[in-house]
Amino acid sequence: MLKKKALLIDTTLCIGCNSCQDACKKEFGLPEGQEKKLSATAYTALEEFDGIYVRRMCQHCNDPTCASVCPVGAFTKTPEGPVLYDEAKCIGCRYCIQACPFQVPRYEWTSNYPRVQKCRFCYDRIKQGLQTACAEACPTGATKFGDRDDLIREAYERIKAEPGKYVDRVYGIEQVGGTSILYLSSVPFEQLGFKTQLESTALPMLTWNALSKIPSVVTVGGVFLYGIWWITNRRKEVQKHEKKLHDLEHESNGEKEHRQ
Amino acid sequence: MKKYLKLLTFWRVFASIILLAAAYVTYVRFVNGLGAATHLSDQFPWGLWIGFDVLCGVGLAAGGFTLVAMVHIFNLKRFEPILRPTILTAFLGYILVIVALMFDLGRPLQIWHAVIMWNPHSVMFEVAWCVMLYTTVLSLELSPLILEKFKLTGLQKALKRVTVPLIIVGVLLSTLHQSSLGSLYLIVPEKLYGLWYSPYLPLFFYVSAICVGCAMIIFESFLSARSFKKGLELPLLADIARFGVVMLAVYLTMKIMDLSSRSAFPLLFVPRMETYLYWLEIAVGVIGPLVLLSIARIREHPRGLFAGAVMIIIGFILNRMNISITGMEAWAGVSYFPSWMEITITMAIVTVGFGVFSLAAKYLPLFGHEHPVETTDIHDLSENLHLISEQSSQEPTNEIFIGR
Repeated sequence: MLKKKALLIDTTLCIGCNSCQDACKKEFGLPEGQEKKLSATAYTALEEFDGIYVRRMCQHCNDPTCASVCPVGAFTKTPEGPVLYDEAKCIGCRYCIQACPFQVPRYEWTSNYPRVQKCRFCYDRIKQGLQTACAEACPTGATKFGDRDDLIREAYERIKAEPGKYVDRVYGIEQVGGTSILYLSSVPFEQLGFKTQLESTALPMLTWNALSKIPSVVTVGGVFLYGIWWITNRRKEVQKHEKKLHDLEHESNGEKEHRQ
Repeated sequence: MKKYLKLLTFWRVFASIILLAAAYVTYVRFVNGLGAATHLSDQFPWGLWIGFDVLCGVGLAAGGFTLVAMVHIFNLKRFEPILRPTILTAFLGYILVIVALMFDLGRPLQIWHAVIMWNPHSVMFEVAWCVMLYTTVLSLELSPLILEKFKLTGLQKALKRVTVPLIIVGVLLSTLHQSSLGSLYLIVPEKLYGLWYSPYLPLFFYVSAICVGCAMIIFESFLSARSFKKGLELPLLADIARFGVVMLAVYLTMKIMDLSSRSAFPLLFVPRMETYLYWLEIAVGVIGPLVLLSIARIREHPRGLFAGAVMIIIGFILNRMNISITGMEAWAGVSYFPSWMEITITMAIVTVGFGVFSLAAKYLPLFGHEHPVETTDIHDLSENLHLISEQSSQEPTNEIFIGR
């Protein structure tokens, strides 16, 4: 049985050394140089809030919005957890960028054959049983790689062990149906730029509610429209027939009058 | 006549400038990428081309299915004289939406991927299929124009045999397509401002498309009457307006019910940009024309009728722009205003639309199909028409062109 992989990011341990981004850039051959925001050349970035560093990256949702909205199925959720993008399929509609609740996917705006760029969760590495490049590079253990279930347990243990240090919440357990990146924090998450208003239902349900009604709209609508057509055209026939009768009557009346 | 010629020349010069500029923009967009031509960003990935060219373009083409349903399914044959120009507009609208998509898609040459790479969970997938299928249906609905011109009676007969199923499929596809453009935004409950985000977005898009469909039928008839010196079917259009009023009333009621069910009434009074835009959209596009057009004297007067239709159209465009652009800005945390290049392409697309329509009206039997009007008061009607054509030739209605 494949276990879902995850990362536990403890913002209280992060010292902002940027090793994660450096390692990531090296792993994927991206242009070197520190970037403070996610970009098409930075799959992860450290944002600072009053001395607290928060790692931004694709959250690899359990029920990914990007995978649901992509018209050509360019995104897939792998059983191991990573959400992968297949540039060969992409038509560039950018619905994924529009729909992602975490504002993660980045686009190569200056290219004339652009791709969507985002964290790939080092899929090739974890398939070989290795951990992600960022987790390996992290000198303080602020980013820890492991099985999702184990990491959730560990996150709660850390909170329990030092209740004064952490807020009593693990971000990523239930947001939009749960994600593969779990966060711990010493201050309320909204102060660190987290989207705390996200509900626990996965977003794809919202559009599926509408999409799943298409068969009924088509079948019921088709029968209804055909029925209306049948009635209105029948009415026309009746009118024609009645007119004929009416004319006949008139004719015979006229004849009578004429005789009188 | 002199005035007419002068006007034509002005519009030709105007169109040439737009098209030349658009040619340059096309070069920039396809050589240097979307970033060089547009003000789009990762925070704001959909702009004017989606908001106006696609959302409004498809909506403004809604006259097609509305009138087709009226004439062929509800058997209101008296509307037949205005059917062909309306279907032509719808067809042109869809073709131009596809052109706009070719500009907006990052990899336009892969657009056909949607045919073989399926994701039935994606609204965009539904949209793609609706565009493909309904454009096909529209071209079939329109084909008698060509078949008649070249006297291909055999094909005409074959087409006539499948008319009813074809028309039903067309109406169903339109229903799905108009509503699915609303469904696109169901996935962004946090991003889209609360006044617009609703689980009923697909329904709102559908009903408002029917409203604007009625308005577009009226608008097009006025422009055709003016440009091609043909009569105006005023009583017919007043009836269409009446149907439009009913749909506007349904729309307004649904909007109120929706705000109430989401307890969103307080949002109507929060002093911020979105509130004003929402009120503007509802006042100009819904309440205003609803009141105006329900008064018989205004509805049956050419100027009143035209004003009502234009208000519905403006309100509709405001609504789609609010949902696609202004309603998203606050959450995105950035402000977006289209670049001159985006605006140029949009204007060029509208220009091409008008140009092709004029050409078609000149060379195809667009209005030649008219059946004798089955009304007894035909004399009153022709008197009316005379008056109207005089009046409308004095009104500078062409300013609308730029406005769009």
